[in-house]
Amino acid sequence: MTATEYKAGSNLEKVLSTGTFAVTGECGPPKGADVTVIEEKAKLLKGYVDAVNITDNQTAVVRVCSMASGYTAQQNGVEAIMQMTCRDRNRLAMQADILGASTLGIKNVLCLTGDHLSFGNHPEARGVHDLDAINLIKMYKDMRDEKKFQCGEEMTVAPPLYIGCAENPFADPFELRALRLKKKIEAGADFVQTQCIFNVPKFKKWMEEVRALGLHKEIKILAGITPMKGVGGARYMQKFVPGIDVPQDIVDRMAVPEKGAPQQAEGKKIAVEMIKEFTEIEGVAGVHIMAIEWEIAVPEIVEAAGLMPRPAVA
Amino acid sequence: MITAERKPFDEILELVGDKKKVLVAGCDTCVAICLTGGEKEAEILASELRIKAGQDGRAVEVEHTAAIRQCEWEYLDMIAEKVEAADVVLSMACGIGIQSMAEKFSPKIVVPAVNTNMLGMPQEHAVWLERCGACGECVIGETAGICPVVRCSKSLMNGPCGGSHDGLCEVTGPDKEEIECAWALIWERLNAQGREELMFINRPPKNWSKSSSGGPRKMVREEAKPV
Repeated sequence: MTATEYKAGSNLEKVLSTGTFAVTGECGPPKGADVTVIEEKAKLLKGYVDAVNITDNQTAVVRVCSMASGYTAQQNGVEAIMQMTCRDRNRLAMQADILGASTLGIKNVLCLTGDHLSFGNHPEARGVHDLDAINLIKMYKDMRDEKKFQCGEEMTVAPPLYIGCAENPFADPFELRALRLKKKIEAGADFVQTQCIFNVPKFKKWMEEVRALGLHKEIKILAGITPMKGVGGARYMQKFVPGIDVPQDIVDRMAVPEKGAPQQAEGKKIAVEMIKEFTEIEGVAGVHIMAIEWEIAVPEIVEAAGLMPRPAVA
Repeated sequence: MITAERKPFDEILELVGDKKKVLVAGCDTCVAICLTGGEKEAEILASELRIKAGQDGRAVEVEHTAAIRQCEWEYLDMIAEKVEAADVVLSMACGIGIQSMAEKFSPKIVVPAVNTNMLGMPQEHAVWLERCGACGECVIGETAGICPVVRCSKSLMNGPCGGSHDGLCEVTGPDKEEIECAWALIWERLNAQGREELMFINRPPKNWSKSSSGGPRKMVREEAKPV
């Protein structure tokens, strides 16, 4: 494939297009005007991931914006996947921000609806939800491919974008989950990152449906992984985090070693085992490692999973 | 119907301030049906205000009345005398009724005793559920008669999102009550109707200019105007 055939020419797009099993990470920007947090997280991940998601006011809590943090990550040697939620911006802001991000060299974007405001620290805010995530994907695709704004007006220079989306194989109704991914593909998504997976048999079942629809040939699928730091966190996710399915056997396994370093080691071990299992599933093109406030664990996990060195693509 | 809830008593007292002649004005339409602002509720609030004034040793005259519909000029004429005699009108109508009253009797001070909250359906006695956002462009013909604009917490045109679980929304109400996932309901009913294919249409962005985003709306029916 020549450079001109790429949609955006991002590192992530190039890695995925070669068929190499891709690795993405995730960084949450800080709750304050502090550039050092993303700088440090980027330095930890540099060379171990092909690109890193920069979250956008995750869990509806205000933080440094994903555009500025994405720029900082790239200045520190890690390509950014800028997350963009429909919760905080209308279609004007989402178009202006992606044009701005593009002028700063950001090429990957992840289109999300966004966690509801009621989960965050400004529950009294007005939720925007002008578009939904599927509308957003389509809008960015038309900007890139048709050089058109959402209103149909032509723009001067189209933003080169590699467009991502999320999907949760563990949400209900289960029979809709692969079909909703199909809608996102039709809207224009190039890659998808799944919700973090703990229930591997259910994920495999979802992948069967995805393959039956032939979707794995139309979109690059990155399986979501969250390494667990301890049994407390595992129990919390099992009980309180909407959309996450943590089977009891995983919680039981995390409870065996002593708290602290032994449980952390077990959490990393489970993550590595899962990654190895995912590399064997037809249609899984990579993993998305969401080590929430535990970025330091990522290099070890990637190494142990046999995914080093990361490819150097030109 | 339009539903409303009475404001906290302390807030009502602050709105009334030091006015000596207070008229509590109910409305016998929507707010009466939702047991918030009909004649009976106006009478109760007037009594509460008299008792409070008595406790505080203030000389305040409190009257009550109710219009058949506070949102229509001719029904306001019927209570005009009482309104004119008051220093302040404490309206228990919906936001439309309160504004009609304030406009009709301007510059009379008219203050709200209720918070108008939704276009709701009485699900059972004393329980109302939001059903319409008056968005100006109804889509429920494609969504099995279920409104995604107000019944989906994120107003998705292409749901359900990844927070849908066991038929419920990831969001809970203010008292932690469960909210049904609108898109799970839509899917279920489209199946029952044999119209599953409607679930797989990529619906375009909604035209919000038809809603209040387009500015205050006005409706004129030329054919119905008197000749």
